[in-house]
Amino acid sequence: MELPTLTHEEILRYSRHLILPDVGVEGQRKLKAARVLLIGAGGLGSPLALYLSAAGVGHIGIVDFDIVDVTNLQRQVLHGTSDVGTSKIASARKRIAEINPHVELTTYETPLNSTNALEIFKNYDIVVDGTDNFPTRYLVNDACVLLGIPNVYGSIYRFEGQASVFATQDGPCYRCLYPEPPPPGLVPSCAEGGVLGVLPGLVGTLQATETIKLILGIGESLAGRLLLIDALGAHFRTVKVRKDPNCPVCGTHEITTLIDYEQFCGSPHVGGDPKVSFNVPEITPTDAAARLAKGEIDIVDVREPHELQIAKYPKVTAIPLGQLVDRIAELPLDRDLVLACRSGVRSAKAVQQLQAAGFTRVSNLAGGILRWIDEVDPSQPKY
Amino acid sequence: MPATLFLPAILAKLADAKQFEVSGGTVGELVSDAATRFPALGTRLRNTNGEPYAFVTFYLNDEDIRFHGGFGAKVSDGDELTVVPAIAGG
Repeated sequence: MELPTLTHEEILRYSRHLILPDVGVEGQRKLKAARVLLIGAGGLGSPLALYLSAAGVGHIGIVDFDIVDVTNLQRQVLHGTSDVGTSKIASARKRIAEINPHVELTTYETPLNSTNALEIFKNYDIVVDGTDNFPTRYLVNDACVLLGIPNVYGSIYRFEGQASVFATQDGPCYRCLYPEPPPPGLVPSCAEGGVLGVLPGLVGTLQATETIKLILGIGESLAGRLLLIDALGAHFRTVKVRKDPNCPVCGTHEITTLIDYEQFCGSPHVGGDPKVSFNVPEITPTDAAARLAKGEIDIVDVREPHELQIAKYPKVTAIPLGQLVDRIAELPLDRDLVLACRSGVRSAKAVQQLQAAGFTRVSNLAGGILRWIDEVDPSQPKY
Repeated sequence: MPATLFLPAILAKLADAKQFEVSGGTVGELVSDAATRFPALGTRLRNTNGEPYAFVTFYLNDEDIRFHGGFGAKVSDGDELTVVPAIAGG
């Protein structure tokens, strides 16, 4: 295929690339011809969209169906304060047009699923995984392997990140590294566990770098290696990722079509916070507040100590979830206990732990302190 | 054989340390040593049958133990065992 030519304006705009011996005019024309699909316009998607646009990637696709929330702004630098409440796709479109009007942008404001993934992916040379949940990561991986499209992977948690390049020709895939996902709820999301705002910047720019290297065909790719990033320790190290001959997607090729990834990952919900169904007794904040006022229940707050400084329940026993089993003797068996946390996920696990220990009078505060603030005490801040 | 176990932050809180010395002739024995000292960590490193999980990858130096005998992989003096669990944030 003939590479597109550069206009005079583009030659001036990309001059710092053009004078780089490993990029040059031909490399810049490769970037202009490239078609890159970003999965997610969040923490990782933000630096990806900004840098790949600025670098002159000719065609960028973005899949995202989320709305810009004020809690995103601490790290999702693609979006600004005035974008809160609008779709991330609309915000991304506005920002990318400002950074580089030469970029042809295609947006998919829809959840990625087994029905639409192959149809969307087949239009691209490279897919960059910036999603925030396991079902979509396995979906992205399998679709990339089936279509033979490289998958530039990045993932973050608190102060640590991972990056690699999967599904290159003869290279390993995400399933070679992690054959199966963890059970739902075991690994906290960024919304539950927090994330350093700079971290997706670090990992996303590494993904952007790998993407550009793939397009240009230069350097030493992360394919076959996993880069581990520890921001607190300021440690970067790589370990080997081997292609697993028994991998059902890229090894034995048992998997020839996309599967039900929600079922594979054991979770009923995709995108954002995993809404895990725990099937435990629940009480609403309104009902809990009424019963608390009559002295009929005790609230047990299983959040971490640093969270208690942000917003509080009245009259609680505070035991972080991780200490609950060890401190179970502190809780009465003959009282109605309402387990509470930030959004209701950790407290649901706490209810299960207490049930397993023989407690029968336990229930989960639905929606956690966030819903408590909505229904009972709007004077406190949400986080 | 003495070796050093490296934990990511998500697991380090269960042992109150990001790295510590463990002892054993195989990776499985190193993991057992850590699990005996920190039972809460142990359940995150291996299942009830004492096998590794599919979503937690162990690196002996920079090699995935799955391709070197799993928990049976032999350990040499001064080896480094790094635990890399799956994370999904983005």
